[in-house]
Amino acid sequence: MALLQISEPGESTAPHQHRLAAGIDLGTTNSLVATVKSGEAVTLEDENGCYMLPSVVRYQDDKNVVVGSEAYQAAATDPHNTISSVKRFMGRGILDVQRDPHGYEFIETDSVPRIRTVAGDVSAVEVSAEILANLKRRAEQGLADELGGVVITVPAYFDDAQRQATKDAARLAGLNVLRLLNEPTAAAVAYGLDTGSEGVHAIYDLGGGTFDISILRLNRGVFEVLATAGDSALGGDDMDRAIAIWMAEEAGVEIDDAYLLRRLMNEARRAKEALSGSDSTILNIELVDGSTWQGSLSIEKFHQLIDPLIKKSLIPCRRAMRDAGVSTEEIQEVVMVGGSTRVPRVREKVGEFFSKPPLVDIDPDKVVAIGAAIQADVLVGNKPDDEMLLLDVTPLSLGIETMGGLVEKVIPRNTTIPVARAQEFTTFKDGQTAMAVHVLQGERELVDDCRSLARFELRDIPPMVAGAARILVTFQVDADGLLEVTATEQTSGVEASVQVKPSYGLEDNEIERMLRDNVEHAKDDVEARKLREQQVEADRVFEAINAALVEDADALLNDEEREIIVSSLQALKNARENESAAKIKLAIELADKATAEFAAKRMDASINKALSGHTLDEFK
Amino acid sequence: MMGRNHFELFSLPVSFDVDIDSLSARYQDLQRSIHPDNFTSATDREKRLSMQQASIANEAYQSLKDPLKRAQYLLSLNGIDVKSESNTVMDTAFLMQQMELREALDDTMDATDPLAAVGIFSADVETRIKDLISQLQGHFNDNTKESLLQAESLSLQLQFLYRLREEAEDREEALL
Repeated sequence: MALLQISEPGESTAPHQHRLAAGIDLGTTNSLVATVKSGEAVTLEDENGCYMLPSVVRYQDDKNVVVGSEAYQAAATDPHNTISSVKRFMGRGILDVQRDPHGYEFIETDSVPRIRTVAGDVSAVEVSAEILANLKRRAEQGLADELGGVVITVPAYFDDAQRQATKDAARLAGLNVLRLLNEPTAAAVAYGLDTGSEGVHAIYDLGGGTFDISILRLNRGVFEVLATAGDSALGGDDMDRAIAIWMAEEAGVEIDDAYLLRRLMNEARRAKEALSGSDSTILNIELVDGSTWQGSLSIEKFHQLIDPLIKKSLIPCRRAMRDAGVSTEEIQEVVMVGGSTRVPRVREKVGEFFSKPPLVDIDPDKVVAIGAAIQADVLVGNKPDDEMLLLDVTPLSLGIETMGGLVEKVIPRNTTIPVARAQEFTTFKDGQTAMAVHVLQGERELVDDCRSLARFELRDIPPMVAGAARILVTFQVDADGLLEVTATEQTSGVEASVQVKPSYGLEDNEIERMLRDNVEHAKDDVEARKLREQQVEADRVFEAINAALVEDADALLNDEEREIIVSSLQALKNARENESAAKIKLAIELADKATAEFAAKRMDASINKALSGHTLDEFK
Repeated sequence: MMGRNHFELFSLPVSFDVDIDSLSARYQDLQRSIHPDNFTSATDREKRLSMQQASIANEAYQSLKDPLKRAQYLLSLNGIDVKSESNTVMDTAFLMQQMELREALDDTMDATDPLAAVGIFSADVETRIKDLISQLQGHFNDNTKESLLQAESLSLQLQFLYRLREEAEDREEALL
């Protein structure tokens, strides 16, 4: 009886149950899943013994969806229905996705752009959800248990829309996201815990489609990100594209055919890999007319093609060091992450830039997933005494549109998260009763040069003379790097708030609909699913409050206060058996209300505990 | 955490002299217990509370770590709002100096080696910043009404130099 345990804390603290948690590296080219098994983080393999899942999804006309290497094989013969590098389209609008040649037919919709396939139009979020669902299955089958939660990695330089899209994809795949973790930070965790390094480190992460640089300080298990910079559209893909375009020029053909583009890209990638170990490579391309073009690519030409891309990555490196306030001499080690750092030229140029040979002895493909698995294990509660703490930053400045199309920065880039900042604005017309709030992300001064995240309106402001209203706009960025904006008129208390639903994001009801349409969920009744969700939530809340009571009830509550909480838990338990989603939801809310004061007391106690031992006297 | 000022939050004496190492250590100890990572399986209310408290701790840490922000915060604790620049009378000598420094920065672009010239300029600004910080220290230690007004004027000067340093860095970046 759980409730008896509550009333007699101390006697019945059940041993903590080990929960299954995983780290997922959702990459542009490949994706991986890792978990901590008997104290060691390992990547999980599929039935063929492969740990890397190509991030390729193929839609077939029988509605069958194929993910991974089988889909990758089909890319050259069925390019329109085989989606690769979908990460590049996450959180992006129609204009963004049409910038580079990719061979897909994008459809403009009211919300996110969709790719036309034989199985219907799909958004980038849905395609990513297929990849995540595949990895979820791999983990649960391999470990014969249900996943309690996952940490999913994202490029540090991902903006709010891209992060939100990733979280939406996880929700579609039925995953409980414990945290979105920045890829270089994940790599630092894996690397730092492995080597016990201290001091300032640079993580240079060049993946298939994204580039990140993070400068971190490692100290007693604390990973403090000092600054991060990058380019969310720069990676190995661009090297392939540069080679592909050059090959097309050499062959004297236009790239106006999706099949040809795919053949060029595949050959380019092969050539890039071959040039890691030799001075030249022979190229073969089947052209549209059926003839074959043959050529060769020398290492000198290859360098000439990719040097501008490597140079492009060094500009963010400089900016990150400047923001972190460190010089190259202060950086102890440069850690290379991401498959594209296998290219020897990249290592050479990065080594020159930082005046020290970069560290390449950790597997650049696995390290991000390993780091994510380690954090997932800690977050899910399997290591209660762990000293690890990750302090990350916002990659891009967040601001608001002001008069004249200018952006007023509210939170500058490289601010440690979570962070809350408020700024006061006023009305500019007499009797103005509404104010539009336009939220932007980026470093430039003009609205048009920044990314629009969301627009909302504060209405029902009481009419006043211009400049008399005091409108407080608060930006709150959580530990996942996601933004919530609230606007309140101070004199009247009128409030408006948005959980920033990016301009290029999915609406909640769209996600609901997708969840319903999802093949995996089609069998379930919608009501049954809702009930199950509430039951899971009820169990989670019950367990959380129960644990809090065991820990702190004696110290912080009197009998009466404890009685109120215990009876709200009893009510929650009853509602849980009752099989009505609405009733369970209500009971959860009541339990939450009943513990409000207790939660505040607990937080205060932790603060006091953290500071105990430090007194003013130390300094006198 | 409500009602505690930034210094009290880290059990530090209210002073311009802050030992950055112990500030960092206390900040990390605090985050170890209140950071949202400790609350992933807690109730939504506790999660929210932790996010708010961790945000406050981050804000407090940032405002004490940097000398300019620390000066501004100390002045605000003394009822002087430095962010409203409108009602401050700037020292004429400093205004002249401002103009000269700005011109000097512009001139670096015409130098034979602009990158080296910007480098020399930045080093000069850095020296001026260090000098202002040590002057600020003296005034805050005196802690009289007169010295606080001096500190206010110096922190405005420091703010200007920070901006100039940033502009010099921007130009340096543009030259690369």
